[in-house]
Amino acid sequence: MIKPQHLRSDAKQNPNPWLRWDCSVCWVSLGLVVLTILSFWSLDLQLSRLLSVDSLQRMGRFLGELLSPNIESKFLLKLASASLETLAMSALGSLIAVFFGLLLALPASRSYAQDPARWRFLTRLVLNALRSIPELVWAALLLISAGLGPFAGTLALAFHTTGVLGRLFAESVENAPQAAAQAMRAQGVPEGRVFLFATLPTVLPQLMSYSLYRWENNIRAAAVLGVVGGGGLGQMLAFHMGLFQMQETSSILIAMISLVVLVDSLSYLARRLMSR
Amino acid sequence: MIPALVATEFKPWIFFGSENLRVSARFLGDFFPPSVEVDFLLLVVKEAWRTIAIATAGMCLALVLAIPLTLASTRSLSVSILSGRMSRLPFAIRQLIRWLLIILRSIPELIWALVFVRVVGLGPAAGVLAIGLTYAGMLGKVYGEILESGDAHCAVSILRNGGQRLQAFFFGLLPQNATELTSYTVYRWECAIRSSAVLGFVGAGGLGQQMDNSMKMFNGGEVATLLIVFMMLVGLADLLSGWLRKIMQ
Repeated sequence: MIKPQHLRSDAKQNPNPWLRWDCSVCWVSLGLVVLTILSFWSLDLQLSRLLSVDSLQRMGRFLGELLSPNIESKFLLKLASASLETLAMSALGSLIAVFFGLLLALPASRSYAQDPARWRFLTRLVLNALRSIPELVWAALLLISAGLGPFAGTLALAFHTTGVLGRLFAESVENAPQAAAQAMRAQGVPEGRVFLFATLPTVLPQLMSYSLYRWENNIRAAAVLGVVGGGGLGQMLAFHMGLFQMQETSSILIAMISLVVLVDSLSYLARRLMSR
Repeated sequence: MIPALVATEFKPWIFFGSENLRVSARFLGDFFPPSVEVDFLLLVVKEAWRTIAIATAGMCLALVLAIPLTLASTRSLSVSILSGRMSRLPFAIRQLIRWLLIILRSIPELIWALVFVRVVGLGPAAGVLAIGLTYAGMLGKVYGEILESGDAHCAVSILRNGGQRLQAFFFGLLPQNATELTSYTVYRWECAIRSSAVLGFVGAGGLGQQMDNSMKMFNGGEVATLLIVFMMLVGLADLLSGWLRKIMQ
């Protein structure tokens, strides 16, 4: 970082802190500027075409078509069932992930100082791999074995979330207060029971809050997973948009946004109630 | 539980149908060895760069949208609030901008991309617009929260002494919040790289599009290479953003 002038021993340096060779902020900023320019230059976005009257007209027409949603009761029923499917996908996917996340968190954590934790590195590698592939890519991969539909989407959510939760669970097991567990270990209680009766109760509230938070995220993710064929609202959206049925598309978009807003406000309310 | 199992068509046994097993086994078998042909690798490097470029350009657009919206909506820069309550019109305008930000961020970027692919055609422009709009909503909200949670004292005294709102921002709010604002922006840039890799699946360019192509052709080797490159890219962005946030402290 930039040090004030009077702390500098070397008086011969350039007095302007922004023109020194060791100004890391300046180098990083310069790098960012270069990166941005290169990005725009290499992408060839054709901004002139994008902002042309023709394209703006098209966008306006498109938005106009979105303003008249389809509200036939038959279609709304289908929409409701797709929304429920999305919710079910997220709930089941999260539940599976909680189970396997906990299962993998145990070998992935070093629960006390002398714990050899032989599997720690390997399990963490697996968890990282699961986590770094997004739900959508998992869904596209799983389509090949699980076929189109909500099953692939559910599994995709479960895979990615297992990685995320496993990592978080492992961290909280490692950071749990050790007193009760040490006391039991000193009495010669086997490791499994130490976990069940000492570590798990202390970390349970944290595990619950992580799981609920991920479920909330997964509802949002489940809504879009269908776009690659993973079921729920997204699949419906991809289908109707592909056929240019704008009224149906509009209803689905509204359903999706309301689902997301509903979940957001519910979680906001729950947080306020709990923190009171 | 049971309704959820029914609704999601939860049938794990279909994995083990003979036909399914054969196809999956062949696809997974193809994963090893990953494809390392020079032509393909060059293509992958190009697409990886495009993924970074889409994320960066999208962040740029997001900043261009989010900064004015934040300035217009933050309560810390309200003049009328100095004398008790905010006046009606400024309150209405701030509320309106807040709703706009909520709408922008509550539509997932993938859906924006899907919409823009229809409007501006296949290619990186749809991805840039999608990331730009969603992230403008997120940045606008979080910037506002950061500015409002900081110490308002400096800004208030500048405003009380007749300073303009921009002056109050630059000399009162920005200096104390600059680190937090920058570090959140860097974190979002990292997220943008992750999502721009995925946006390709709906035709917005980058690694995702290539992955989609390779998957549709059941080319396991190419998919494996792309997955490895994708993980490396995400890991690299993670490291870089962690380092940037550290040197800012």
